[in-house]
Amino acid sequence: MKPLRLLIVDDEAPARARLRDLLDDIAAELPTAVVAEAGDGIAALECIEDIEPGGIDIALIDIRMPRMDGIELAQHLARLALPPAVIFATAYDQYAVKAFELNAVDYLLKPVRAERLAAALQKARSVPLPDAALRQLAPQGRRHLRCPERGRVLLVPVVEVLYFKAEQKYVTARTAAREYLLEESLTQLEQEFAERFVRIHRNCLVARDAVAGYARKPAGQSVAEAESEAAELHWVLELKGVPEHLPVSRRQWAQVKALLGI
Amino acid sequence: MSESIRENAPEPRLPDCCNLGVWLRVLLAVNLGGLVAAFARAPASGMLGEFVESAALLEPVALASLLALCGARRVLERLDHAAAVALVFGIVLALTALFHTLFLALGEGELWRALLWAALATLLLLGYFDLRARAQSPALAEARLLALTARIRPHFLFNSINAVLGVLRSDPRRAERALEEMADLFRALMRDNRDLVPLSDELALARQYLDLEKLRLGDRLQVRWEIDSCPVDALVPPLMLQPLLENAVYHGIEPAEQPGELLVRMTGDRQRLIIELSNPVVAGGDHHKGNHMALANIRERLMLFYDLEARLEIAERAGRYIVHIILPNRKP
Repeated sequence: MKPLRLLIVDDEAPARARLRDLLDDIAAELPTAVVAEAGDGIAALECIEDIEPGGIDIALIDIRMPRMDGIELAQHLARLALPPAVIFATAYDQYAVKAFELNAVDYLLKPVRAERLAAALQKARSVPLPDAALRQLAPQGRRHLRCPERGRVLLVPVVEVLYFKAEQKYVTARTAAREYLLEESLTQLEQEFAERFVRIHRNCLVARDAVAGYARKPAGQSVAEAESEAAELHWVLELKGVPEHLPVSRRQWAQVKALLGI
Repeated sequence: MSESIRENAPEPRLPDCCNLGVWLRVLLAVNLGGLVAAFARAPASGMLGEFVESAALLEPVALASLLALCGARRVLERLDHAAAVALVFGIVLALTALFHTLFLALGEGELWRALLWAALATLLLLGYFDLRARAQSPALAEARLLALTARIRPHFLFNSINAVLGVLRSDPRRAERALEEMADLFRALMRDNRDLVPLSDELALARQYLDLEKLRLGDRLQVRWEIDSCPVDALVPPLMLQPLLENAVYHGIEPAEQPGELLVRMTGDRQRLIIELSNPVVAGGDHHKGNHMALANIRERLMLFYDLEARLEIAERAGRYIVHIILPNRKP
């Protein structure tokens, strides 16, 4: 039997040691190999980069960790091309456990027992957790966006994003410093971050906090376009920290005005 | 049945006349009484004059009585209740008579009237303080219960047990030490926590607790102790430090990316003991959610132990969350 390839993520070293001990104990009935260990969500995403896609069968993830917690890590893992199955481990978190029960998410209570661990590993399917379930666990959405770039992965804090723009196949996220190419859909971003971002155009979501002002400008980039609608002016939004203006579609203007309180 | 109820009934107790809160309440009540009496005698225009006149006698009698009763505290404590009450009345009436004779030139009131008022006021105030003590003793028991249940976060308990299991095979001696510390911690939690304890006991408990946390968190948890000049024999409420440190670890160390430092600073003089605990503020942390219950709990216990003489303040300065406690320095 091919051993199950595991990723262990926990911020406490003794807790990771405990899991390794238990995996040794159950090795006879269930062979496993720990492919990687990490101390928080971000470290886990970083070490996954060095592993071939699909190289992890199951991730054992603690919930409460610094930098990036287990729930957000699971959200990122679910977006991988070949996502691992996820089993959460928690010492005590009534809220999360209730949500796990409701959404049939696998979890273990620490201290974990060998039999429970074996049963959970055997049961774990290689199916990513449904996005709806994860969103219920983290109603405020992810705190980072994953941006694969030249063989490494950048994590962009959502709070730094000024706007998202869809261009052909890609979505870009603009921060004050630069642009990032994301593998996300604008519709999903809009749903996940409805509190933070407003749709102002078919292809654009803007962070409410980022809006500095608004103006009327002639529409269209090309000369022909500008001439054909010469009489018509469009609303644009000015942003904090970046020079570009973002056009607001006529259909969205009333809504945008109300949402931004202008 | 009746036996156990009798046992549970609080002993009648005299107010502690050295306590600032008691002073405040007595002076407030006396002046309010004076005002009402003045109003009854001369409503509207003459009232203020009447009040000032009566205050000339009221204030010195009240202050001198409180002072005398504070001085006689040890004696009063040793007497049985009835004798102590009699002594209180004796002191108050004697002082009333003394001041009345001294200030006779000021007012034309008769002595028997002043004595009657003084006796009535003393009776009412003693009754009030007795009622207050009765109302608070179940609260004391309840606070003790709260101390038992809300003290240690289940989060800490289960994570600690898990950490002990994690080092059991690789470092059995460390695991032993951790279990011993846990036993001490729980013994402290489960004992009768109604009496003040020496500060040195509280410090020992705090060290054991932090050593357990260090097992889990390793170098992420740094602790600095600045306690060289504090009076370790001072008496403090039991289980005051540990819950505050637990809060500090939970909100200031566990969610932090970098190792963080807890600072425990204690100073004191003959009157006061000043305790300052601080931890780093973690950006995006949920410092205010779970924190308030522990703080409210400790505030309530400080109130029960010291009335208005103790203070607990919270501040956030220069990236650190600071809890400041000022207690009267009580010696055994």
